[in-house]
Amino acid sequence: MLEIKCPFCGKRSQNEFAYGGDATVKRPTLGQEVSTKDWDDFVYFRDNPRGKHSELWHHVSGCRQWFKVSRDTATHEIFKTVRLEEEL
Amino acid sequence: MTQSYRTKNTNSFLNKSKVINFKFNAENYQGYEGDTLASALIANGIHLVGRSFKYHRPRGFLGVGVEEPNAMVQLHEGDRSEPNIMATEVELVEGLIANSQNCWPSVKFDIGEVNNLLNRFFPAGFYYKTFMWPKSFWMKIYEPIIRRAAGMGVASLTPDPDRYEHNYEHCDVLVVGSGPSGLASALAAANNGAKVILAEDKARFGGSLLTDEVTINNKPGKEWAEETIRHLESLPNVILKSRSQVFGYYDHNMTVMFERVSDHIENPSEYIPRQRLHYIRAGEVVVSTGSIERPLSFGNNDRPGIFLASAANEYMKIYETLVGKNPIIFTNNDTAYLSAIEFKKNNISPLVLDIRNSSSGDLVKEAQSLGIEIRFSSGVANTKGHLKVKSATIGKLNSSKDAFIDLEEVDCDCICMSGGWTPTVHLSSQAGNKLKFDKNIDAFIPDKKRQKETAVGSANGSFTLKKSLAEGFQAGFDLSNSITLKNNKSEVPVSKESETETHEKIWCMPLPNGKKPKRFIDFQNDVAVSDVELAVREGFRSIEHVKRYTTLGMAGDQGKTSNLNGLQHVSNIQKKIVPEVGHTTFRPPYTPVTIGTIVGREVGNHFQPTRKTPTHKWHEKNNAVYTNAGLWLRPRYYPRGNENMSEAVNRESLNVRKNVGICDVTSLGKIDIKGPDSAELLNRVYTNAWLKLPVGKARYGVMLREDGMVFDDGTTTRLSENHFHMTTTTAQAANVLSHLEHYLQVVWPELNVNVVSSTEQFSGAAVAGPKSRDLMKKLFPNIDFSTENFPFMGVKDAEIDGIKVKIYRISFSGELAYEVNVDSNYGLFIWSEIIKMGEEFGIQPYGTEALATLRIEMGHVSGPELDGRAIPYDIGLHGMVSQKKDFIGKRSLEKLAFNDPERQTLVGLVPIDKKTKIPEGSHLVKDDKAKLPNPKLGHVSSSCWSVEYNNPFSIAVLKDGKNKIGQKLFAVAPLKNISVPVEVVSSHYVDPKGERVRV
Repeated sequence: MLEIKCPFCGKRSQNEFAYGGDATVKRPTLGQEVSTKDWDDFVYFRDNPRGKHSELWHHVSGCRQWFKVSRDTATHEIFKTVRLEEEL
Repeated sequence: MTQSYRTKNTNSFLNKSKVINFKFNAENYQGYEGDTLASALIANGIHLVGRSFKYHRPRGFLGVGVEEPNAMVQLHEGDRSEPNIMATEVELVEGLIANSQNCWPSVKFDIGEVNNLLNRFFPAGFYYKTFMWPKSFWMKIYEPIIRRAAGMGVASLTPDPDRYEHNYEHCDVLVVGSGPSGLASALAAANNGAKVILAEDKARFGGSLLTDEVTINNKPGKEWAEETIRHLESLPNVILKSRSQVFGYYDHNMTVMFERVSDHIENPSEYIPRQRLHYIRAGEVVVSTGSIERPLSFGNNDRPGIFLASAANEYMKIYETLVGKNPIIFTNNDTAYLSAIEFKKNNISPLVLDIRNSSSGDLVKEAQSLGIEIRFSSGVANTKGHLKVKSATIGKLNSSKDAFIDLEEVDCDCICMSGGWTPTVHLSSQAGNKLKFDKNIDAFIPDKKRQKETAVGSANGSFTLKKSLAEGFQAGFDLSNSITLKNNKSEVPVSKESETETHEKIWCMPLPNGKKPKRFIDFQNDVAVSDVELAVREGFRSIEHVKRYTTLGMAGDQGKTSNLNGLQHVSNIQKKIVPEVGHTTFRPPYTPVTIGTIVGREVGNHFQPTRKTPTHKWHEKNNAVYTNAGLWLRPRYYPRGNENMSEAVNRESLNVRKNVGICDVTSLGKIDIKGPDSAELLNRVYTNAWLKLPVGKARYGVMLREDGMVFDDGTTTRLSENHFHMTTTTAQAANVLSHLEHYLQVVWPELNVNVVSSTEQFSGAAVAGPKSRDLMKKLFPNIDFSTENFPFMGVKDAEIDGIKVKIYRISFSGELAYEVNVDSNYGLFIWSEIIKMGEEFGIQPYGTEALATLRIEMGHVSGPELDGRAIPYDIGLHGMVSQKKDFIGKRSLEKLAFNDPERQTLVGLVPIDKKTKIPEGSHLVKDDKAKLPNPKLGHVSSSCWSVEYNNPFSIAVLKDGKNKIGQKLFAVAPLKNISVPVEVVSSHYVDPKGERVRV
């Protein structure tokens, strides 16, 4: 079980959190034309890197804030956790 | 034969004033307080414990602790019965009952032993090769037979009566194992101010210090250990845990420990659990788990009476028990001489066979000076004795040690073997440490660590006391100092121990001339040298494949005594060095753990919380039958008299259609939405328009996922300009909140909106039926309920007895209906008021079944239709999709497949005979007799008995449904062997124009 440092609450066990996918994905702007490829990339396609990965987590059983985590997908090492507006 | 195998020498470990009675295979025996089941049996001369897994060979004890592969018993009887328990790990307690397993009719005469006589027909891979054909035999013949033969003990089929607990701990330094290096680490870390947990699997702390002849600070090692423990006990920053096995090492230094709390207590208080599982998040973990002795392979080396030499020593020194009175010690190293010397101290003269040509280690010299007979360059070739070893074929080895020069038969009643020591690296390996091979000790030791884990002492391959203590003190100080920064260094004590000489790199004896006895490597899974040879001969090269083909190291003991001997043998055959062969993966649990401990208190109703609505007491009193809706308990129906479910549901449904009903809708998700951009958020989240919704009005909304699939639906009300009250389905309440939070925090942080769940803050009652208005008027005489003033989708504030309520004119049943929402504290009161006032209108409560009937008749979609695979068109919600604005998931709706003119859509179904119910989940086909694969046109999502038309009715998702109205299809449920001819009709079966809700 991972230990994740919520930027608002501090270190907590993984079972308080929900994983929220790749943090670098940007939703296409509402109301603008978007090509089928760009849309499909946004909805379906994700990189599956071995190693460092920027991802979103949600402190569901806590402050209910979403935040960003830099984690190694192979070793589970967590390098950094930051608020959404901060850079990883 | 009462405890005739006790030593003459005594020590402090056994309490001989306390005799303990126990039963083994229905015979009564006695032991002492401090005994294990193993030591007590051995003291009584009992060596035959069970039968082996594959060949049903008689087996006894090999070890003295967690390494034991053979002596597994069925412990206790009845609902506490437990299979496969290592007798070496069971502390003797009054009235203990143990039985042999894997034998019939008895352990002494076991029919299954025929497998042993036929052993040449059961080589490695036997099952893979034999049961290939004919295919039809597998299910009916092979599998049942194999299943019956498989396994060792028998699990109890009744619920476990004992209580188990979970505990969460944090510490700076967790020390696993209390031998010299562990004690040193704990002491150094504790003296340096760290919060320390010291875990020891055994009942006593001290590890090898309890049996080794060493001194620390000029005191016997045992005394130093006792002093150290007393000191640690006095420190407030130390937790000492005996009978506690750290069996798993997970990510981020999360370790899991299994504590046997009351198994050893005669009449444990009901207030303590039987066993406890500790989740320990440690800043640093010191792995001081010691080492396990390696067996040697020789002919019939598995007979009862053949022990590890260290086990024999420990039985004598700690349990005052003799494993035999005519021992042979067989070794390739110096440490086995400890057992020889201990036998001699008990006036028993052992014969020592040493594979090496010579040794001048201290222990060897001591043995010689005691007059113990030692034969170098010698070994055991074979043994005899059916239920217990009674003689050994021994002999001198040739110069290359691959054959015996001469052989002779020697009587013995036990053989104590030693192939050196294997560091217990399991936890380090679980922590992600890539192990490296140390050729000085011929074993793997931890290498580069991935987590905060440090191996010390013999677990790290440091087999001398001096090195163990030095490493322990160093690690304890370094690791704690990085946390406490106190710089308080403890002094390393002076120690004295025997000098030893190196071992001989031979672990397997040659076969005696002309004979081929089995030389076992893995005792628990009956894997012999010949099986490993066969696997390699058949082309298995990877050690992982050899392991799986032969099942070497795959038994419950996870190869604690067999892994290295197996690797060594593969590398011998392949003419490689061991590190090239590699090693198999170590996985938790290190030792078997009871399921009860893993489950803890989360059994029965404690498995998950139960959510009850504020009105629950009323439902209880009124005979509600419940259904689980997520965690919620919701009334399913309220039977009266002898009614069955369908009678009750029909009555409740009909009463809503004719009079008025009341339904508890508290479990629907509610979300409070506030902020200047609230309307904009809803406009983006829902498929329809929200910006112009007037204050005091509700609107039905559908939300999609980005992939265009319907996510949830519900009504949302504008309470004021910037304040909305959203409702969701019961099932998706939590997910919708997370969804909104995601978009507000991650995607559109510029929107100024706050969302919070208010599901539990409000109690809701739906009052539905043509007489609901009259009832509402009576309840709230000050409110104008005329359609002009309070139209469909209107919202009003009201009061009863000073209690504020909100009335929403919304309907799921399709009838004129109101939903009354009130602060949860008044939920029961308001409900009771409505029931009281509703009596004259014939009010009846209705449950989720009637709720479903009413909405299915109306063609309203719910959970079964919103199954995550439907776009709005599929379930008749395309009218809800705005063409003018963008929203979550809209772009996906442009997909080609989603715009197929023959796309599935929602229809109604009525059985042609108007009688046969259509099972939910049935597939719709054109011809139920067509050849397979019969093209599927759709599926039945929800079924009910229509109370309006008095016949079954279903709604279904059907390909090109809009053009199939009036056609005849078949609803087939092949698993139930049901086929119902049905007619496709509109999904709006009752009141298709929706006039009733607007009355």
